[in-house]
Amino acid sequence: METALLRMSDVSKSFGATHALSCVSLEARGGEVLALIGENGAGKSTLMKILSGAIAPDSGQMELAGARYAPKGPHDARMAGVAMIYQELNLAPDLSVAENVMLGQELRRFGLVRRSAGHTRVRQALELLGRTDLSLDLPVRQLSVADQQVVEIARALVIEAKLIVFDEPTSSLTQHDVDNLFRVIGKLKASGLAIIYISHFLEEIRRIADRYTVLRDGSVAGSGMLAGASEGDIVALMVGRKVDDLFPSVPHTPGKVVLSLQSLAGRTTPKDVSFELRRGEILGIAGLVGAGRTELLRCVFALDPVRNGTVRVMGITPGGTPRARILAGLGLVSEDRKGEGLAQRESIADNITYSRLAPYSTLGWLNLRQRRAVVGDWMRSLNVKARSVEQNVEQLSGGNQQKVALARVLHQDAEVLLLDEPTRGIDVGTKSEIYRLMAVLAAEGKAIIFVSSYFTELLSVCDRVGVMARGRLREIRPAGAWSSASILTSALGVETST
Amino acid sequence: MTSFDTPAALPLAQRGTQLLRTALGPFVALVLVVGVFAVADNLQEDGGHFATLKNAQNVFVHSATVAVAALGMTMIIISGGIDLSAGTTMALCAIVLAWFLREGYPPSVAVTAGLGTGCLAGFVNGTLISLLRVVPFIVTLGTMTIYLGLGKMISHSTMVRPLPAQIPAWMHELLSPRVQQEWMVFPPGVWLLLALAVTVSAMLRYTVFGRHVFAIGSNESTARLCGIHVPFTRIAVYTIAGFFVGVAGLYQFARLTIGDPTSGTGKELPVIAAVVIGGGSLSGGRGSIVGTLTGALIMQVISSGCTSLKQPNHIQEIIVGVIIVAAVTIDQIRQRRLAP
Repeated sequence: METALLRMSDVSKSFGATHALSCVSLEARGGEVLALIGENGAGKSTLMKILSGAIAPDSGQMELAGARYAPKGPHDARMAGVAMIYQELNLAPDLSVAENVMLGQELRRFGLVRRSAGHTRVRQALELLGRTDLSLDLPVRQLSVADQQVVEIARALVIEAKLIVFDEPTSSLTQHDVDNLFRVIGKLKASGLAIIYISHFLEEIRRIADRYTVLRDGSVAGSGMLAGASEGDIVALMVGRKVDDLFPSVPHTPGKVVLSLQSLAGRTTPKDVSFELRRGEILGIAGLVGAGRTELLRCVFALDPVRNGTVRVMGITPGGTPRARILAGLGLVSEDRKGEGLAQRESIADNITYSRLAPYSTLGWLNLRQRRAVVGDWMRSLNVKARSVEQNVEQLSGGNQQKVALARVLHQDAEVLLLDEPTRGIDVGTKSEIYRLMAVLAAEGKAIIFVSSYFTELLSVCDRVGVMARGRLREIRPAGAWSSASILTSALGVETST
Repeated sequence: MTSFDTPAALPLAQRGTQLLRTALGPFVALVLVVGVFAVADNLQEDGGHFATLKNAQNVFVHSATVAVAALGMTMIIISGGIDLSAGTTMALCAIVLAWFLREGYPPSVAVTAGLGTGCLAGFVNGTLISLLRVVPFIVTLGTMTIYLGLGKMISHSTMVRPLPAQIPAWMHELLSPRVQQEWMVFPPGVWLLLALAVTVSAMLRYTVFGRHVFAIGSNESTARLCGIHVPFTRIAVYTIAGFFVGVAGLYQFARLTIGDPTSGTGKELPVIAAVVIGGGSLSGGRGSIVGTLTGALIMQVISSGCTSLKQPNHIQEIIVGVIIVAAVTIDQIRQRRLAP
């Protein structure tokens, strides 16, 4: 199709002195997926909010299917045929699949909900998505995140959306679920809908999108067909400079064994995991979500109960509390920055020093000035962008929050770093900084376990990669002996053979 | 969802203004309330009694009992908890104190027993919450009734009334609105309250323990991840808070000179209200001692002001209710503006 379904021309929006968007123009066409790419703070969120009617642009025009499109609010936008699928899903967990799909758009007669007519609509929508296997009466709470997303998409279909906007839909999905989602998006595309897909995972974008528009600092940095663009081109557009190497290499060589696990088993996962980790080594742990990777790290750190097996750090078996593990030289960066990793309402200084306040304490009283100075040094060395050490963590971007979480384990002087999805949900520039940091730390003699669902980064950063499936560590090989495909096969293989 | 950065929009949030920022709202409210009542009182015919030193002394004396219990409640609420048993514990402590005096024990023993009862009650709360892993609201809802029952058991469901001669003079003067030495301005109980407030405030800000209390309230999972001993810290918080409830029991006894098992029922609510008006968040991680003291004063000023204006009790109750809702609403709006 040639004509644009959605056309934005010269849309601008300022907040005070900040130009969030300046003269942004883009087009989304029916039967096509447009990838909207940009680092955090590039203006993607503002653009989304304008599209969804949450805020109004200062200037510029929008057209939807040939008519002027100026939604007065989110409801207005939905009625016009623009549906948003957010990163965090907006479902009522205790209502059923069907009730959620029809929520706010129930078919009524004499004020009563026409349940069966509603069910027919829901069934049609699920059929289009190829998910007739979902039970309509199941409470949404019992569904996986991936299936909940399908419910959200079905909701968009029921309102007869013309344009569906996906905001980083894969950030909490496994590789397997991502594949299913892409199949669904393919079907939506084939039925003639226009799709805007927001993400900073370039790999995904290449798989799903036809065209791209890159935002940088509130303006369009470039757009075009994906078919002719290389990954390097797009990254260069995103960061505004040439990124020769997303994965900086710093040579490091493995030394003595610092961590050894002997048939470690948790309550349900992990099961019977044994390996040795050396100084100066980065060990990647790949696998699907639910394979027990997070639980493995948590058992090593004594956050989850250990049923069996031993953990030895530098030859000794530390006590069974996180405190003891920290003192033994372990440090954990949680996969869940909001829920666990950081106390969001507390300051950067507090968050960095919680695990080791002793250096600033005399009989329990803190020397805050000394602490401020040390924290300031850490922020500078990790390039954390913030106003001051007293700023609350919740006001920082995802990338800067992750640096604070990393600074904590470095500040506590951990010898073995357990990093659980440390690059999830952060921009490309910060990712690259974190890869470099990991390599530098390894060169300094630290040992790192790096859990990730993004196989490319594991293969590029790690010395060895192990694959977990169903709580077991399948095998560990040098990174060079793996490919993305062989990791996936290994991660899936166990599921079929057991 | 990610959001745009607006660094230019936040010039206020400098480190030095942190304390001001958290306590400023309640303080402005206090000044406003005092101002409104002072003007209204001067306008009425036989007015002019509200904005006087004597009335100020009265306000401080009358708010001291709630305020001292609220010191502990502030710590509990910062740690993400709540203590509904504070009221009945206060009465229980007063009863124990009265009982020991009546039985002829020396005052030092009686006071120690009263304060000890508070600590023990708090320790039990903290231990139950930590060990049973039941939410503080439910645990203290239970112990609220248990402590009420214990009080009635000791007092045989009546009042414990020591002889006037058994009550030492200093206890009479502790919260007497008529100050013995004029240079003191306030009775000793108010000064003790202020000294305790300074101590707790400093402890929250400048000690490892204080930082841990904030960490637990802000995000318990983070606290565990950082190796903070969560159950120990929580039990300590409730025990210390129990001590302050014990002091509140002493204050109550000093004013009533009897131990009445039902005198504490419902008293936990003004205590919690003081913390909340002062900027404490029931979801934990936020609260300040300065704010809490201001909150306790605001409630007492309203009560005293309404008396000066000859307004009935129910008017003060309505005003206090409005203030609580308004305080929390304004605070949330401010928080939303500060968050990205």
